[in-house]
Amino acid sequence: MIAESAIREPLVTGGKTVHDVTEDISGRVEEKPAKSWLLAMAISLALLAVGGYAVGRLVWDGIGMWGLNKTVGWAWDITNFVWWVGIGHAGTLISAILLLFRQRWRMSINRAAEAMTIFAVICAAMFPVLHMGRPWLGFYWALPLPNTFGSLWVNFNSPLLWDVFAISTYFSVSLVFWYIGLIPDFATIRDRATNKISAAVYGTLSFGWDGAAKTWSRYETVALVLAGLATPLVLSVHTIVSFDFATSVIPGWHTTIFPPYFVAGAIFSGFAMVLTLLIITRRVYKLEDYITIQHIELMNIVIIITGSIVGIAYITEFFIAWYSGVEAEQYAFINRATGPYWWAYASMMTCNVISPQLFWSKKIRTNIAATFVISIIVNIGMWFERFVIIVTSLHRDYIPSSWAMFYPKWADVGVYLFTFGLFFTLFFAFAKFFPVINMAEVKSIIKATGEKKKA
Amino acid sequence: MAHTSNYILGVYEDEDVLLKAIKNVREGGVKIHEVYSPFPVHGIEDVLGYKRSRLSIVAFMFGLLGTSLALTMQFGMMTIDWPMIIGGKDYAPLPSFIPVTFELTVLLASFGMVGTFMIISNLKPWGKAKIFDKRITDDKHIVAIDLESNKLEESAIDKLLKDNGASEVNKKTL
Repeated sequence: MIAESAIREPLVTGGKTVHDVTEDISGRVEEKPAKSWLLAMAISLALLAVGGYAVGRLVWDGIGMWGLNKTVGWAWDITNFVWWVGIGHAGTLISAILLLFRQRWRMSINRAAEAMTIFAVICAAMFPVLHMGRPWLGFYWALPLPNTFGSLWVNFNSPLLWDVFAISTYFSVSLVFWYIGLIPDFATIRDRATNKISAAVYGTLSFGWDGAAKTWSRYETVALVLAGLATPLVLSVHTIVSFDFATSVIPGWHTTIFPPYFVAGAIFSGFAMVLTLLIITRRVYKLEDYITIQHIELMNIVIIITGSIVGIAYITEFFIAWYSGVEAEQYAFINRATGPYWWAYASMMTCNVISPQLFWSKKIRTNIAATFVISIIVNIGMWFERFVIIVTSLHRDYIPSSWAMFYPKWADVGVYLFTFGLFFTLFFAFAKFFPVINMAEVKSIIKATGEKKKA
Repeated sequence: MAHTSNYILGVYEDEDVLLKAIKNVREGGVKIHEVYSPFPVHGIEDVLGYKRSRLSIVAFMFGLLGTSLALTMQFGMMTIDWPMIIGGKDYAPLPSFIPVTFELTVLLASFGMVGTFMIISNLKPWGKAKIFDKRITDDKHIVAIDLESNKLEESAIDKLLKDNGASEVNKKTL
């Protein structure tokens, strides 16, 4: 039995029964695709095709197609990589850390958030892979495989290699975590299937799940241990991404504050993306009883906290640059705020530090339209944060004669659009063919937190 | 697979009624084959007398394997097979090896545990579920009792299930 305080708001509203949960969520998978879905899918596929052309040209002609130059050797590619990886932090955070803290409100949002995580990590991985120039040789460059150079191994001192291990582990563990949660729900759809194809497809996907108490007991142990493993994992991933910068000797990158600052920023942008997507999904699929205003408010509170951590990190960086007495470091920061890229710095400050503070007002954080707008602003801000860190630290090289500016070319924009196309195609496919809410978990809390009990 | 058994199935609507029923049915001397539910019911392991799953130990063991494989690989490659000084570090830069060691530990622990779970719970893509009642993945809990392994009369079991709140009692041969 689950005990629940009577003063807590119900997590599922509308007097839903266990059977209603099955109907509401499986029904979305079983119905014919709506016109709005077809339109959205068509736009994503078009974006994927246009971006696919840019990717094709990039691989064919080489990364000279990008606007990189001798001074700025990392720009949009790594900015987008870090941006997508950051977005990919919310899902596993919601399902793992909130599971360990027994936060039951995670149950309505974890499925979609984890799906988003997985798709975002796929998009992120596109950038370092494409930056290799010849991605088909990437296996030899990135993995410790025996090779024809007399087995000259990969360099385990390099944070770029740590990244390979961190991102691929994060991706595969998140995928497994997500899939384990999907199995019982696929079984529900399998048992409701009215035609042979869906019975066969969901039968295969459900792995022969029978709902036995013994299996459920093991399942819960697996979920708990996976959460325990995924919690340090999710924190390690962006830490290691920040090592790409922090272990270098570039002024503006060489800072010990990076790991916690990057992790907070990742959670910040991840939650913003979850909100952007769920506000649409909730509206289109009429899931207002499952993803309530309370869910949105709680996510907004996470955004205020992480947004404030990020804000403090920006200020601390400035202070430490001054306090260190290192001229190069001081210049790097003055140049960020007042140099030729001041507008990027100003956008970052406005979007990331000021806009989330609006959520201190209960009116704004429980307002869906305001939340939707701010969630997008936050992700724009987080893109600028990475751009500021990467490009403005690089563009003033050690010798003034090598100082340069970075201008994106169409291939930079094209590859970025490609990842948007990929992300939304995958997400819309998920929203149509997979149960968007974890039915089994929500069913387990219906009795304890449903409205009937409260009334 | 030729062996078939006759089962009595008690259908329950509510998880708290179910937990009480399982307790009373077992105290009434009936051996329960298994209970099937649409979601994990808290405390069901206790009333059914199931032991705590040892999968967490499996995860720990696979994690240890991951740690040792990762360290063996890195020292083997960077210290023994092709020693090189990189960034002024020595041939055995343990701090540099920590991130990859951590990641491989998590990777092996997760995959080892999930793989073990799949095998012992007979979950596989071509697996066919033994379904007593399709409603167990929707909103009903089923207590399945194998008639052969019980000495009690069918009608007695039937009555025991109903007295403890079963909304229906069905029979099925599987």
